[in-house]
Amino acid sequence: MAAARQWIARHGRRLVVALPLLWLLVFFLLPLVEVAQTSFTVARRGIPPFAPLWGFGEDGFFTNFNLENYGLLLDYWQDYIGPAGNSLRLAFFSTLICLLFAYPMAWWIARSNPRRRAILLVLVMLPFWTSSLLRIYALIGLLNPNGFINSMLMFLGVIDTPIRMMQTDFSIYMGMLLTYLPLMILPLYAVMIRLEDDLLDAAADLGASRAGVFLTVVLPLTLPGIIAGSLLVFIPAVGEFVIPALLGGPEQIMVGKHGRQGVVDRILPQP
Amino acid sequence: MSPFIRIRNVTRRFGDVVAVDDLSLDIDRGELFCLLGASGCGKTTLLRMLAGFERVDSGSIEIDGIDMAAVPPAARPVNIMFQNYALFPHMSVADNIAYGLRRAGLPKPEIVARLEELLRLVRLTGMGARQPLQLSGGQRQRVALARALARRPKLLLLDEPLAALDKKLREDTQFELVDIQERLETTFIVVTHDQEEAMTLASRIGVMDAGKLVQVDTPRTLYDRPRNRFIADFLGTVSFLEGVVTSVNGGFVSIDGAVSVTAADPGGFAVGDAVRMAIRPEKIALGRAPSGGVNEIPVTVEDLAFTGVATNYRVIGPDGVRLKLTHPNRRGDVVPLEWEQTGFVSFDPADVVLLRD
Repeated sequence: MAAARQWIARHGRRLVVALPLLWLLVFFLLPLVEVAQTSFTVARRGIPPFAPLWGFGEDGFFTNFNLENYGLLLDYWQDYIGPAGNSLRLAFFSTLICLLFAYPMAWWIARSNPRRRAILLVLVMLPFWTSSLLRIYALIGLLNPNGFINSMLMFLGVIDTPIRMMQTDFSIYMGMLLTYLPLMILPLYAVMIRLEDDLLDAAADLGASRAGVFLTVVLPLTLPGIIAGSLLVFIPAVGEFVIPALLGGPEQIMVGKHGRQGVVDRILPQP
Repeated sequence: MSPFIRIRNVTRRFGDVVAVDDLSLDIDRGELFCLLGASGCGKTTLLRMLAGFERVDSGSIEIDGIDMAAVPPAARPVNIMFQNYALFPHMSVADNIAYGLRRAGLPKPEIVARLEELLRLVRLTGMGARQPLQLSGGQRQRVALARALARRPKLLLLDEPLAALDKKLREDTQFELVDIQERLETTFIVVTHDQEEAMTLASRIGVMDAGKLVQVDTPRTLYDRPRNRFIADFLGTVSFLEGVVTSVNGGFVSIDGAVSVTAADPGGFAVGDAVRMAIRPEKIALGRAPSGGVNEIPVTVEDLAFTGVATNYRVIGPDGVRLKLTHPNRRGDVVPLEWEQTGFVSFDPADVVLLRD
């Protein structure tokens, strides 16, 4: 017992770091290596639908190393550049819109008294308790031509014919905002809560206008939160395909959807 | 000539709490004035109202003859040095100090010259490129001072300027601050809860309690002639005795209580008045044998503590009267009394302060 306790005392810290690292190695890095290997091999009929990159057969070590797939990419790059551009554009504007909404919200939360701050933070995180897919369907219910908003407006006599909101940029970005806003708010909140009021007063005292206080003090000191939040939104937004697929039109092919189609159509065995 | 700062009947409420209560105060140009009080007495609120960060509910504040009601913080001839300095952590020492100069749109050569001058003033020459986090507490304090002085304010407000420094550094910095103030002839208002800091810094001290100024005087007058029990107790150590006036005669008041005391007559006391007497510890003499003077009381030593400079005694007299006294540690002097020993204390009638509350 004593020996075990001593061992934990000496190596406990390393153990705490090693376990998640091991987890990442097995479930994140190895699959990535597998995908990378697959890209260098050749297709074949069967399960799995590609040959192993290397192995040991009757004649000893063999390899199927091949650059044919990359040749395909060169031939068909136009098929990919469109969706890639769509995805980057979607991710960029989603990040920007999230930032514009999240910044004042996070500011308001961080400047609230502790009681209201706790309530507001729970409200920010509350959507995470329901499936994102459900939230998207709820949004569809709101935006549909015969959905809640159009029905209300027509009932009130504001409009005669339904406004087209679904399958537009508007509906896509609404969905993105709805899904990714908390990821932007939380890192911003984390830096804003540490921003001392005295720093703002000091800047004002030294002659800075309101815009001056923001540009010279608030913005630089919240920049780490802006960067963190933008990465948290941008990176998953690039690979997002559920939201554009459900809320967007058929012309909006994203790289995520394209990649999924490639895997489903070409690699996975067809039923 | 009207005073440089004229505060008239200023009140500020936070909900039900009256932070500053109908307060009036005049401060002269070039003064180093100290607002002294326990936390929550309203001194910081008053400071923030002078800087323009806090609304004035009623009353008026005039600085240099101009009413400040409609003047925003940036436009006031006032700068503030914040309690924790509020240095911009993302800017170098030079950028911190030059911040106010840049906002004022000064030409670049002028900013550079002024920056050098300020760095020299606070003895930080050559440190301009450092980041605030790389500085010691004392250096940070001096950066904050230089930054607050950069725009040549007519009035500098300092919120607990020395609270974040350790004791030894604080003593050096106190004198440095006074020195800078005298050289620049800028009016300083210092807010502090530390009575020793207030005494060493200020030419005048205003003691605040519950949003009101209790007494405004020089440090010496506050200490030697406190107006009431609160002031006597708040500034330094004091012993209180209670009694009733039995005679007023020839410049002296005789008081009877647990012990009989003769005090110099401050005027306004009559036979039969209940009074409280306040006596400072360093004004009480201690000896083994009676000397035959006035105000001599037999006592027993209850407790003593040697502090280096002096020995602090707590003695107990007739009827359980307790007195605190300080016996200086002079060369060749022996400790006159030890624990449980008996002796005599005496004090001059002029050192007895008579209070009505």
